[in-house]
Amino acid sequence: MSLMFEQLLNGLQFGMMLFLMASGLTLVVGIMNFINLAHGTLYMAGAFLAVAFHALTGSYLLALGLAIAATALLGLVIELLVAQPLYQRDHLDQVLCTFGIILFLNELARVIWGSAPLRMDVPPWLDGSVDLAGIGYPVYRLAIIAVSAAVAIGLHLVITRTRLGMLIRAGAADRTMVVGLGVNIQLLYALVFAVGAGLAALSGILAAPIFTVQTGMGDHILILTLVVIVIGGIGSVHGALAAALLVGVIDTVGRVSLPTGFGNVLIYVLMASILFWRPRGLFPSHG
Amino acid sequence: MKLKSLLAASAAAIALAGGAAAHAQEVRIGLLTTLTGPQAALGQHVRDGFALAVEEAGGKLGGVATKVIVEDDQLRPDVAVQVATKLAEREKVQILTGVIFSNVAMAVARPTAENEVFFVSPNAGPAALAGKQCSPWFYATAWQNDQPHEAMGAHLQAEGVKKVYLVAANYNAGKEALGGFKRAYKGQVVGESYPSMGQLDFAAEISQIRAAKPDAVYVFLAGGMGINFTKQYAQARLNGEIPMYSAFTIDSITLPALGDAAVGTFQSNLWNADLKNPANQKFVAAFQKKFGYLPSNFAAQSYDTGRLIDAALRATGGKVGDKKAFAAALRNAKFESVRGSFAFNTNNFPIGDFYLLETVKRPDGSIAQVTRKTTLADAKDAYFGECRMAGL
Repeated sequence: MSLMFEQLLNGLQFGMMLFLMASGLTLVVGIMNFINLAHGTLYMAGAFLAVAFHALTGSYLLALGLAIAATALLGLVIELLVAQPLYQRDHLDQVLCTFGIILFLNELARVIWGSAPLRMDVPPWLDGSVDLAGIGYPVYRLAIIAVSAAVAIGLHLVITRTRLGMLIRAGAADRTMVVGLGVNIQLLYALVFAVGAGLAALSGILAAPIFTVQTGMGDHILILTLVVIVIGGIGSVHGALAAALLVGVIDTVGRVSLPTGFGNVLIYVLMASILFWRPRGLFPSHG
Repeated sequence: MKLKSLLAASAAAIALAGGAAAHAQEVRIGLLTTLTGPQAALGQHVRDGFALAVEEAGGKLGGVATKVIVEDDQLRPDVAVQVATKLAEREKVQILTGVIFSNVAMAVARPTAENEVFFVSPNAGPAALAGKQCSPWFYATAWQNDQPHEAMGAHLQAEGVKKVYLVAANYNAGKEALGGFKRAYKGQVVGESYPSMGQLDFAAEISQIRAAKPDAVYVFLAGGMGINFTKQYAQARLNGEIPMYSAFTIDSITLPALGDAAVGTFQSNLWNADLKNPANQKFVAAFQKKFGYLPSNFAAQSYDTGRLIDAALRATGGKVGDKKAFAAALRNAKFESVRGSFAFNTNNFPIGDFYLLETVKRPDGSIAQVTRKTTLADAKDAYFGECRMAGL
């Protein structure tokens, strides 16, 4: 019984990490209709920059803040130089171009930091375990759940209670109408792109102490992130949260309770069946 | 007519001269390894280890001018076949080395043999090439892939460890690795997990391990997967309860990324920086001086490969042209291996020792692997009996 509880907690925590990635990407894809494969690379950039800033400043929180800001800035640059000229082009052009960014930034990271993986330790004040119903659970993983939950609540408030959120929802539902109403759509796009980059960076930084910091680290998580936003409904942050938790829990529990190999395909079966019944995902945002 | 035959004659003369130039005491070696992507660090070690062996020979392996052509296989068998064919046909390499991964080695083995190029693998040792598909064109200087796992299985068997939990990535090499482990370990396997390739989070597997209460856990997860698992295992505070044993998971390349998380874990390997033989002490010092970082077993294996080729060339007076003579020279090459002893078995795979390493924290705070014992001495792989070696 306690094992099942522990596995659910593992799934919840993994799902929350996926949510941080998915929330940014689903906005970029949903509002700008822009397929950004380089989202995983921004996750990698966040982790690498955090390691660098941590070495420089010695403070985990300072490194966290600086790395998020720097990655958001990088996102802004990518938006200006690469994304903007491509908004009107078809998806294949966007996929090719952002795939090029993946290759370029992966190799750039290798040139700067080398090909050997880097280390990011759990900050000492989060290093330890707490007793939860008889099992020792790492504090750091609980902290990830807490931070992600705070981000989810924050995003929820912004999207449902503010003017910016209203524009974001309107942009996801009907882009042309928002432009027609005289909203500075370019500013909105740039802002959403930067916030998405910042969220990807946060996810990468939180992941750094448990995952490997190395070139290409964003590629695997990107695939899961795409699964999440498709299940959740493109453009919907609420959908991303629901889908991320679903994928996290089903993946974790499936892996341990089904024979080898079956557990790994479970989330794809889930995706296929949800798309069969609800082709626009769980929480479609387009009208 | 006259003009035509004149032309033909001069063409023949040029071809002859060109051919002579290629044979004019130069050995051409293709070093095909993984230099981009997440595993690029391994390729760097292989390239640098080989470069050191060539440099120590004054740029002349076996006393002949040596040209090493370095290429990237991108860890993709299709790319590797193209590059290997190009190296053989256009660059006229006589020897190919550098290959790290077995899927690449399997793909490259055929085109090299067809082009009569000697393929000396510094790491990859797939079962097929050790057994039924053994070839006089293929030489492995490190190991057959199963051997480090077998060595650790033998160690845990000898230690009387009663229950183990096994973890390996869900691909062919993962299953083969655990097969190798079980060949030597006869105790109880209380659980097995096969996480999919590229899996990031191992919390679920770690919870299963804790619940299964084994006496030891044995892990084969290469590259980033190994780092993720080891860090998460340490964060779950299991290192103290259930000791972690592994192969190809923790080495001097991944140690800097692991730090304290690796302390107290055990590895199976054919080499370690602290091996006491003089050749090794010289190698480790020279490598660190030249490249400014600590060599891994991959660098050591590649260095040994360079020294093996050096010794074989010395025996044939620098000639590779007589394929039969060079093959015999490779098989019987005598050199001081950084492993201590080195000899080829009948399938052109080594007979060698395996060691148990422990990762420790030194008093100065640095983290390093130390050799604890020899787990297998003069070990032969499990497949050489299936090999019917063809003549050249």
